[in-house]
Amino acid sequence: MRIRLWGTRGSVASPGPDTVRYGGNTACVEVRTASVLIVLDAGTGIRRLGAQLSDYSGRIDLMLTHLHLDHLQGLGFFEPCFRPDVELHIWGPASTTADLGERLARYLSPPLFPVRLRNLGGRVVLHDVPREPFEVGDVVVHGQPIIHPGPTVGYRITDGSGSLAYLPDHEPALGAPTYPMPPAWTSGHELAAGADVLLHDAQYTTDEYATRVGWGHSSIDQTWEFARQAEVGQLVTFHHDPSHDDDQLDSLVAQLQERDGLEVTGGTEGLEIAL
Amino acid sequence: MAQPIELILVRHLASRLTIPTLLTDVEGTLVFYNEAAEPLLGRRFDEAGEMAFDEWTSAYAVRDESGQLVRSEQIPLVRALRSRRPIHVRIEIIGLDGTPRMLEVSAFPLVGQGDQRLGAVTFFWESQAEEG
Repeated sequence: MRIRLWGTRGSVASPGPDTVRYGGNTACVEVRTASVLIVLDAGTGIRRLGAQLSDYSGRIDLMLTHLHLDHLQGLGFFEPCFRPDVELHIWGPASTTADLGERLARYLSPPLFPVRLRNLGGRVVLHDVPREPFEVGDVVVHGQPIIHPGPTVGYRITDGSGSLAYLPDHEPALGAPTYPMPPAWTSGHELAAGADVLLHDAQYTTDEYATRVGWGHSSIDQTWEFARQAEVGQLVTFHHDPSHDDDQLDSLVAQLQERDGLEVTGGTEGLEIAL
Repeated sequence: MAQPIELILVRHLASRLTIPTLLTDVEGTLVFYNEAAEPLLGRRFDEAGEMAFDEWTSAYAVRDESGQLVRSEQIPLVRALRSRRPIHVRIEIIGLDGTPRMLEVSAFPLVGQGDQRLGAVTFFWESQAEEG
């Protein structure tokens, strides 16, 4: 399995001279195995990924964790959407209020976007993420609801080479009387447990989190505790706050790297990981 | 075993309420009760831990308003879980400390995405005398 980060920023795209190394594009991760191409989230990072796929034909599985704009905004700029030789399977969390197509169309329709989802030109197949693990090609995907405002899932992707857990927007500490709680009572633990790589929300400092409880994100300390409890092989920080520049992020990552018991990598745009 | 996110959120909420609250999973296992419920049940949750359906339904004697013993399948929480309907009744519970307490009970089922049954929640109130 090869993993490449195309967008690591949270909340809103934040390009500029202070965010060159960690990147300004919002969430998008490419996962390739021997037989499948999975794209995790369609933040603004997906545009550059699409440009790299100009010769690609066949099936692409786009797995959305949720439909907040920073995870969806790039979809209309994903070039394979417009090609009839690509079959795009879009997976998203189920909702009781509207099906996935209706919810995607709230963005992919005028006046917010000039082209409707049904008119993109490519073949698009929509799926609600089932609660049970499912197979796509040679990988097993497990999507589970996790704590974040609105229907939101995290994913675990496993093939013969290893496992990736992806929980970019996640606040497992919300409301917990102590943190971390026992594993069975910790949101997302089952997805992350023993994963070779965990990409996890690390949006805030501890001080920032104190004034943003309930916003759906984690402090770097909570993220570290979550990863340590899950005994992951490597924690990659993700969903960086748009106000954090490269130097601040270096400092936050360094704080985590000084601690024993966990390999920590700062999630930078362009980072590639091979399992 | 990992609990569904809905049960995790209810537990977190219950842990912050002063309303005595019980939480069962879809199998009827008593997976949590909060600090406010501990005096009513006669034991701290940390000591009691999770209890399988047969265990907790036999540990607590429940009587209806006329003093008749309530069978386990008629306990409000179990009715809510199985009927998928809310229940509000007055009952008497004899907790693990042997003390009988008359309580009002509201129980409702938890149903998640895809119509999935997840468990049930029960709130207790000290019983108020009927007006008039």
